[in-house]
Amino acid sequence: MAEILSLRDAVAACVHDGDTIALEGFTHLIPHAAGHEIIRQHRRNLHLVRMTPDMVYDQLIGSGCATKLTFSWGGNPGVGSLQRFRDAVENGWPHPLEIEEHSHAGMATRYAAGAAGLPFGVLRGYVGTGLPEYTDTIKGIECPFTGERLTAVPALNPDVSIVHAQRADRDGNVQIAGLVGVQKEAVLAAKRSIVTVEELVDHLEPVPNSVVLPTWVVTAVCHVPGGAHPSFAMGFSDRDNRFYKDWDAISKDRDSFTAWIDANIHGTADHAAYLDRIGVTVR
Amino acid sequence: MSDITTNGDLAATTDEIMIINAARQLGALAAAGKPVCFVGIGLPSTAANLARRLYDPAPVLVYESGCIGSKPQRLPLSIGDGELAETADAVVSVPEIFAYWLQAGRIDVGFLGGAQLDKYGNINSTVIGSYESPTTRLPGAGGAPEIAASAGAVMVIMRQSKRSFVERCDFRSSMGFGDGPGHRERLGLRGAGVRWVITDLGVMEPHPDTCVLTVRALHPGVERAQVVDATGWAVEFVDDLAVTDPPTLHELTTLRAVQAA
Repeated sequence: MAEILSLRDAVAACVHDGDTIALEGFTHLIPHAAGHEIIRQHRRNLHLVRMTPDMVYDQLIGSGCATKLTFSWGGNPGVGSLQRFRDAVENGWPHPLEIEEHSHAGMATRYAAGAAGLPFGVLRGYVGTGLPEYTDTIKGIECPFTGERLTAVPALNPDVSIVHAQRADRDGNVQIAGLVGVQKEAVLAAKRSIVTVEELVDHLEPVPNSVVLPTWVVTAVCHVPGGAHPSFAMGFSDRDNRFYKDWDAISKDRDSFTAWIDANIHGTADHAAYLDRIGVTVR
Repeated sequence: MSDITTNGDLAATTDEIMIINAARQLGALAAAGKPVCFVGIGLPSTAANLARRLYDPAPVLVYESGCIGSKPQRLPLSIGDGELAETADAVVSVPEIFAYWLQAGRIDVGFLGGAQLDKYGNINSTVIGSYESPTTRLPGAGGAPEIAASAGAVMVIMRQSKRSFVERCDFRSSMGFGDGPGHRERLGLRGAGVRWVITDLGVMEPHPDTCVLTVRALHPGVERAQVVDATGWAVEFVDDLAVTDPPTLHELTTLRAVQAA
């Protein structure tokens, strides 16, 4: 059964130095608050996993939390590059970052295999690209029934997966609606999981087409309103596109990035204080 | 972006002409019964949304965030803006969009951009320089490898320059014609690969024998020499080189309304 914890306590209990962790969210419901708490608690040597590492992974990488990144697209959606990710790969700052690079289809297949308890997943993928030459976790395989050449990728089973959701009940059952990304697979594939939610309710009303994660597959649920900002939670907030654009300038050089992290992450006690400091009001 | 005066007092930028020509191609595909378009963000999304407003039958827009049949009123900044989900016929998970919809062959045209494009239509969105120590680390392949492999056909939209239109990509993020004729077939790729490259200077298509991207049309006012100067391979022109129709008032005002919304 999931425990209802503060985000500080959940990160302290679930995320350890050297862990493989996935903060998932495909543009929608990105668990920014959880990433910030990992930075506050100075976690180190993390292996970060994510299909679309964006701003919060830029912050984790630039803060020195990560030594490896497994991913398929690392950018600032609609804006451009991730400056801290680039600096880590191109110049080794703040220290070198090992990368394991895939495609979206491959990463999705890996999570699905992880959730299904299989050792690998199979797809028609990567063929003719340069990726198999540099990524050991992409291998050819022959279909035993048709002889077709396919591609195998190993299951992803993070130590911890962290996602953000619209709501949970007080027993820790989680409900996610809208763009559900790969969150269900990420949570089911992981050994431990943290879910931050916009609201804690007495009773979950059924929502058409929503994903429900029963309390017994979740480790910790944390009530963190606005926990996805500047990403969004359908029904609660809109994507703060302005913030994504502003991030490009903030993250461009090491000093302005570090000053921003010191002031806004290390300089705040929790996510509510952070939102207050950057002037974001939660609905 | 330079201004090109087209018909009368209407002035379209080179970017607008590029986007309008890409939208026309999507409109033609929809009219031919091939409406389902897997859309990347940025220029492809702008052109696809323009085509959806201009043509009936309209293209069906599929986004990798899991949105099928999105009809956004305003242009999304990312592939997962709330607008795309709220206006979609269906919203599915990310594993599903790639496995059931793209891989299974339900996409007519994949619509891509990139940092580098080479003469065989291969795209690089991974690194400039070597993979192990790149001079520029780009975001990566994302959904492109499987879009380029499995979509029925691929359209590319890119601003043309010698830096971006190269003899050979520094890294092959997605497969066009690979090393040349027959390469896709040898690898068993199901889609036809790159069929149209729409740039700010004109339109390229693969040569039927050599697969090398060849200029089929120039935009109004563009000279052959401009294309040669902006292409990193010895670019050739088809014998019956065409000039694209100038943007109509309707196309241009619709595009500007899409971008202003």
